Amino acid sequence: MRGFAAVLRRDLLLAMRRKNEVVTAIFFFVVVAALFPLGIGPEQNTLRLVAPGILWIGALLASLLSLGRLFASDFADGSLEQMALSPNSLSLLVAAKISAHWLLSGLPLVLLAPLLGLQFDLPSTALWILTLSLLLGTPVLSLIGAIGAALTLGVRGGDVLLSLLVLPLYVPTLIFGAGAVQAEMSGLGSAAHLSILAAMALVAAVFSPWASAACLRLALET
Amino acid sequence: MKSTIFHFAAPQNFYRLAGQLWPLFGVVALLLTAWGLWLGLCVAPIDFQQGQAYRIIFVHVPASWMSMVIYVVMAFWALLGLTFNTRLSGMMGQALAPTGAIFAFLSLWTGALWGKPMWGAWWVWDARLTSELILFFLYLGYIALTHAIDDPRRADKAGGILALVGALNVPVIYFSVQWWNTLHQGASVSITKGSSMAQPMLEAMLIMSLAFWMYAIAMGLYRVRLIILLRERHAHWVTQLPEFNSASQGVAA
Amino acid sequence: MLSVSSLSFSRGHRCLFADVNFTLQPGQWLHVEGGNGVGKTTLLRLICGLNALEQGEITWHNQSVAKDPDLFRAELAYLGHPLALKEDLTPVENILASAAVCGLHLSQGDAMAALTKMGLEGAAHLPVRVLSQGQKRRTALARLVVSDARLWILDEPFVALDTPAQEVLCDVLNAHLNRQGMLLLTSHQAVNLAGQGQTYRLSA
Repeated sequence: MRGFAAVLRRDLLLAMRRKNEVVTAIFFFVVVAALFPLGIGPEQNTLRLVAPGILWIGALLASLLSLGRLFASDFADGSLEQMALSPNSLSLLVAAKISAHWLLSGLPLVLLAPLLGLQFDLPSTALWILTLSLLLGTPVLSLIGAIGAALTLGVRGGDVLLSLLVLPLYVPTLIFGAGAVQAEMSGLGSAAHLSILAAMALVAAVFSPWASAACLRLALET
Repeated sequence: MKSTIFHFAAPQNFYRLAGQLWPLFGVVALLLTAWGLWLGLCVAPIDFQQGQAYRIIFVHVPASWMSMVIYVVMAFWALLGLTFNTRLSGMMGQALAPTGAIFAFLSLWTGALWGKPMWGAWWVWDARLTSELILFFLYLGYIALTHAIDDPRRADKAGGILALVGALNVPVIYFSVQWWNTLHQGASVSITKGSSMAQPMLEAMLIMSLAFWMYAIAMGLYRVRLIILLRERHAHWVTQLPEFNSASQGVAA
Repeated sequence: MLSVSSLSFSRGHRCLFADVNFTLQPGQWLHVEGGNGVGKTTLLRLICGLNALEQGEITWHNQSVAKDPDLFRAELAYLGHPLALKEDLTPVENILASAAVCGLHLSQGDAMAALTKMGLEGAAHLPVRVLSQGQKRRTALARLVVSDARLWILDEPFVALDTPAQEVLCDVLNAHLNRQGMLLLTSHQAVNLAGQGQTYRLSA
């Protein structure tokens, strides 16, 4: 556990020293959420209808943007090698890195979403469900994305390739996440959606660090 | 039996075996396609609702099935390759991927061609078509990843992990897209109206599926030979091949 | 005791080295020499377990490393060409962080002592980013001072060090050997250390 805490602490400390990287992702979310109405039109009812999807896609893309950095700097400066050689399980250390990534890239989106939801005139129950769905869903995005980031580590054209690999895998999370808010707004109740998101988060939390660690060892072999 | 498997796990031996087998599969595929198309285009009755245009399902449905079957087979090879660290498994996966992608693309195209006369739009966000689209993206991702990585062993293993992760996700994706579609009361494409599909129609679809399967095997074997040649080009046995020697003689002359 | 037998490595179709054999007993050191590009770094990484072992066997205390890699890693310290330093953290923070990742309990005082030994007490609270190449290497080597690993695998540790720093490093390595530690290193210069040493020449 000390290893987990050490890696988590180090990554958070590093992010605090380079705040602009974290802020960029948040800013991206805000800008994208503002771009959609500019592309769709200001009609309130239309916007209210499409808001869950827009906000979820904005969060998804913002999360995707920051994935490229998840392992890249550790890979470049040799810290990843040291983690692979540590007596601590690499899966545990990777879990710590993913947690740090979520705290820096996912959680701010969760906290910001209700504010952006107000821009789309979402009712307060919908705002609450939106926040909850992002709270459950953004960890899944970080976890699945980590596998993609590990697979494309050090590969030419890695960033675009990462998007191509990871976006199809994001589809269920997007469907259930945005679907939860839409269900709430249409009165059907979002309990089922949220339970499925929670289940996905649990499965991903167990499976992804292990799969990512395997991919990272593969990347270190070259 | 086990020794036979290990014998053919060596690329050199498999190269020869594949060379003998792929023409056979190719011929069978051609024959079955001819038969299937004859059944589908000539023998099967006109659908009372959809007219002649429905006949495209004899390509669309088998293509969809095969695109899914090939992905499962790729995941199987991936599992084999990652567990037993065999080189051939990774090569088989990479050999099958383009064919799988082609079938997925064919399924999407024929779906669109069918859609236009049927319900007036080139594309409908039906659950099956949408899932097929995502499967196509998964294929493209696999091909892009394996081509982007220079080291062949890493490409094999990375592709294998991706194929497995994708295979585990495909049921989840399919389920979620179904949910998404029904919840939003989208268009629902019904190919089989209940279980009462006319006998010749079913027969034609099965034969076309078999034909596509044979084609996939033939192409897979053919392509894996090319991959083996490329990977093992510095090995002694490759330099001894008749096609290699005649080619180099042609170059020298 | 580290034992390496019949180790071979190929990159694609190109064979880097074949049939490498040696044994390292406690208190001994091994200097791997060879020209540029002959595969010294690859050999070291292979022994660490970073490169995939396809041919040959590595045993630690007569147990195959492949069977229980965590046991081996617990007693291993590796320093390669990339120094594994975080540029935005200070040397003290770097040492504390890497010690924690390796499962070592280290206090701020211990870290400062190690850095002082390597001659970095003035620079210990500056971000690594502003240090010179030699100072960065000394920071990385300070990790060895606090390490309790039995086997040290070092890839060209003397690079970028001035003469006083090289002497300090020799002291550190000798102290490790005197504690019955083992050392495996590559270097383009002659290695003169205490204890029993061997040279292994890696050729194409």
